[in-house]
Amino acid sequence: MSRRSLLRGAAVGAGAVTLPALLTACGSGPGGDGKTITLGSNSSDPVPKKAFADAFAAYEAQSDGRKVKVNTVDHNTFQENISRYLQGKPDDVFMWFAGNRMQFFAEKGLLHDVSDNWQDYKGFSAALKAQSTGADGKQYLTPYYYYPWAVFHRRSLFADRGYQAPKTLDEYVALARQMKKDKLDPIAFCDKDGWPAMGTFDYIDMRTNGYEFHKSLMAGEVAWTDKRVREVFDTWRRLLPYCQQGANGRTWQEAANSLQKKEAGMAVFGLPHPGAQFPKGEQGDIDFFPFPVIDPEHGQDAVEAPIDGFLLAKKSKNLKNKKALESAKDLLKWLATGKAEDIYLKSDPNNIAVSDQADISAYSPLQKKAVELVSGAKQISQFLDRDTRPDFSSTVMIPAIQKFISDPDDVDGLVNDIERQKKTIFAAD
Amino acid sequence: MSFIPARRTGRRVARRFTGRDLAVLGVLLGIPVLLDVAIVWGPTLASVVLSFTGWDGIGDIKWVGTQNYRNLFTNYPQFWPAARHNLLWLAFLGLVAAPFGLLLAVLIDRGVRFSRFYQSTLYMPVVLSLAVVGFIAQLVFSRDQGALNAVIGDTGSPTDWLGDPDLNIWMVLLAAAWRHTGYVMILYLAGLKAVDPSLKEAAAIDGAGEAQTFFRIVLPTLRPVNVIVGVITVIESLRAFDIVYAVNHGRNGLELLSVLVTDNIIGEASRIGFGSAIAVVLLAVSLGFVATYLVQELRGERNR
Repeated sequence: MSRRSLLRGAAVGAGAVTLPALLTACGSGPGGDGKTITLGSNSSDPVPKKAFADAFAAYEAQSDGRKVKVNTVDHNTFQENISRYLQGKPDDVFMWFAGNRMQFFAEKGLLHDVSDNWQDYKGFSAALKAQSTGADGKQYLTPYYYYPWAVFHRRSLFADRGYQAPKTLDEYVALARQMKKDKLDPIAFCDKDGWPAMGTFDYIDMRTNGYEFHKSLMAGEVAWTDKRVREVFDTWRRLLPYCQQGANGRTWQEAANSLQKKEAGMAVFGLPHPGAQFPKGEQGDIDFFPFPVIDPEHGQDAVEAPIDGFLLAKKSKNLKNKKALESAKDLLKWLATGKAEDIYLKSDPNNIAVSDQADISAYSPLQKKAVELVSGAKQISQFLDRDTRPDFSSTVMIPAIQKFISDPDDVDGLVNDIERQKKTIFAAD
Repeated sequence: MSFIPARRTGRRVARRFTGRDLAVLGVLLGIPVLLDVAIVWGPTLASVVLSFTGWDGIGDIKWVGTQNYRNLFTNYPQFWPAARHNLLWLAFLGLVAAPFGLLLAVLIDRGVRFSRFYQSTLYMPVVLSLAVVGFIAQLVFSRDQGALNAVIGDTGSPTDWLGDPDLNIWMVLLAAAWRHTGYVMILYLAGLKAVDPSLKEAAAIDGAGEAQTFFRIVLPTLRPVNVIVGVITVIESLRAFDIVYAVNHGRNGLELLSVLVTDNIIGEASRIGFGSAIAVVLLAVSLGFVATYLVQELRGERNR
């Protein structure tokens, strides 16, 4: 083979490698008849995945030929890529969270306004509407379910040992002390994933300083060096000796497991967490009490209950088509009904419906108790990482809380660190 | 150096390449150069530029000067630990894992019994990605359900191998070294096979002991392999990421520069300007090593 033909061959080869890549880059998106809606789902766990599939199948059955095409992505991956996802080629409808986490993207113009849908929605409380509303007063989210956080425990363990659900912090500590004497880990505790301990922070904060303070702290208006924040950490430090050691190396699944195995007595969790780790036969043994009172002025007014729901992506090409937009909004309207939530909750009983038109009679006793907890709440918070800016919660608060857990004594240094970083992040806009 | 007049050289080139040759060469060189610029240099320069902005990935790009860097050095608690950990990684792989790999290679090369078995066993982790190694490390080191605590019967107050920020970096380094050692061993095994046995015989005749033969004769002839191992070790330490990310997202004692970049850019945070600044620091550190290596190589080339 001569040198020249070798060169020629190489050139052709190089062209053959690059050309297809260039061609596919020009490919067009799916052509739409306006009846097929794509839906980005972060429900990658088997139970919710199946429950959602049931719900969408029910929608397809009652609509005239409309189809829902679901693209499921691993939960954490979905979360981490959300901002690129929404700017790139998002699905028409996608699952996301209420509160600040949603408002952040609404402000950036990445969400479709669904205020006209909201005029027809029935059965949603004012608190739900507030959590679905952006800073501009328009609604962007269609809520679907929520799950309250509380102190979970095993009913049988409490009955066997004669433990009483504590009402106040002092009773809580006394109970924890008793459990320690009984050779239990009083409070199952985990923060390897970075977020589970946030629930405890939120509750101590809201019980000590009230919901309004929580809101302004999360909005960056109050300094983290404020004495009220130090008080939160001080209270938490008082509880730490009763918490499972080595929390930063434990996932929530492992913590829930130790609760299930009766190695730990209690745990601050959301409704789905113990539910996912208890075998079917022991589901009925899960019980909870609201996080105890710290300051009687705030009592147990606030309940942490993150809301999940559906939103429309502004950048979706398909939604430029009027018919497709109509279809997508029709799907949201259907999902907003109590009946749609019933279908979902039938196979995923670890959440509760947001609509007061949902059928509570089929609920488990635990779910009924959760409904009671939420409906009795004066305020509903989302979660630390849903109530504040995502860049603040993920880059500052996760390491900060983990640092507090492994080195709880330097609260001054900790809050100073947080405050300094908070200032630069909140000043960024 | 022989003396060739510049004019003659030019003429010779002109005679040997026709216009068509030049065109073909132009295309063939041009495509890789374009790709290199587009895929490597473009993003690199973009990172440098973006590191001076406060871009969040969505809105307008706003210039903030050196604020990101000031922030990084004074106001980001994870930064210095991350930089330290990267250096520790380098030291551990370079001073512990790589020499250990060499030792194993020498032992196997001398023909211990079952050497094929050892060879394949030690090489096995290399075929696993570091992310998988990370998952295996979790199965072994997990506090409540890990194999290690079960084996040593540490149940009263078990050691939190992966959650304790003073301990976990060493556990992860151990896991990373597990893989690196096999890698290094294979490279040295290939090198040792190429060492001329007559050199060793000559040394033996001259009365050199085992150790002397190794350090005076064998190791110097392994120089090319040493360089490769050095380069690989530096690359592995600076790009270390997957294993800590698999273990705990590189937090709480496992910070690395690469993880901080990811946390700020890929995650929900979208602090692209700030993350780029960290990336630039990582680039500067890497360039330091690359420059040192190139200088050494070029000098060696001249001396040869």
